[in-house]
Amino acid sequence: MRTANRLCLAGVIILISILMSGCGERSQVVAYKSGKYQGKTDTKPWDNDPSAALYTSSKWTAGNKTSWEEAIRMRNQRQNEYGRVD
Amino acid sequence: MARMKFLCDAERCIECNGCVTACKQENEVPWGVNRRRVVTINDGVPGEKSISVACMHCSDAPCVAVCPVDCIYQTEEGVVLHDKDLCIGCGYCFYACPFGAPQFPQTGVFGLRGKMDKCTFCAGGPEKDNSKEEFSKYGSNRLAQGKLPACAEMCSTKALLAGDADVVADIFRARAVKRGKGSEVWGWGTAYGKPDNPQAKPPQGAKS
Repeated sequence: MRTANRLCLAGVIILISILMSGCGERSQVVAYKSGKYQGKTDTKPWDNDPSAALYTSSKWTAGNKTSWEEAIRMRNQRQNEYGRVD
Repeated sequence: MARMKFLCDAERCIECNGCVTACKQENEVPWGVNRRRVVTINDGVPGEKSISVACMHCSDAPCVAVCPVDCIYQTEEGVVLHDKDLCIGCGYCFYACPFGAPQFPQTGVFGLRGKMDKCTFCAGGPEKDNSKEEFSKYGSNRLAQGKLPACAEMCSTKALLAGDADVVADIFRARAVKRGKGSEVWGWGTAYGKPDNPQAKPPQGAKS
């Protein structure tokens, strides 16, 4: 009798936990708000470690936007052949 | 703050389509999709002009305004990107874009229109930088590697410039000043300017 009660209790607990698991489920439908980007957030290019990049000579400090911008500006000057040959 | 822009120098573009090839190769763009293309005006007529066109990453982008599912966004550097997981492939952005930048891969017998694909300024998309997912959906993320778009970096005549708008404008300004303008610009010196000393001769014994 005692075992039957325990089994019954366990069954009830399992049933409740199954029923309640639906409450923690997030909506999988996107609620569109007009004019506002709804997609995933993007990572910033300057947050990456320059050593992780293949075949690049650009150097900046990971997480430092100013140093990344400076590296990009330096790289930009390679497109200026007057700067390269003069 | 850097604001990324493209600029194509029509005096220098030789319609080699190197930028198109570089883009295709760098981003493994699917068959039938052209993120970048070269447009020639008065083709075959003396004085024809070519420019390389892709997404211009507009500051006030019409594609962002018309997207019904708001999947297009602008990064802090001014690059217009989109989330392919949200895109429904409706084509509104294509109608809104003055440059015809948004592309739609056509698959299957009836040419079903896939999700929008366009130039990302080699900045990938909203996935972990330089991850497999990002590459398969959006292509290479060169900005996250401290590089600039492949099309501009490999342009043989440096007709196509890309990068921080201020720097690009400075480079182009210096170039335009060097080569002159209006009636001064004619003949072989048009694109690269004229030599400072046309009478100069190479030193004896030097290889050409």
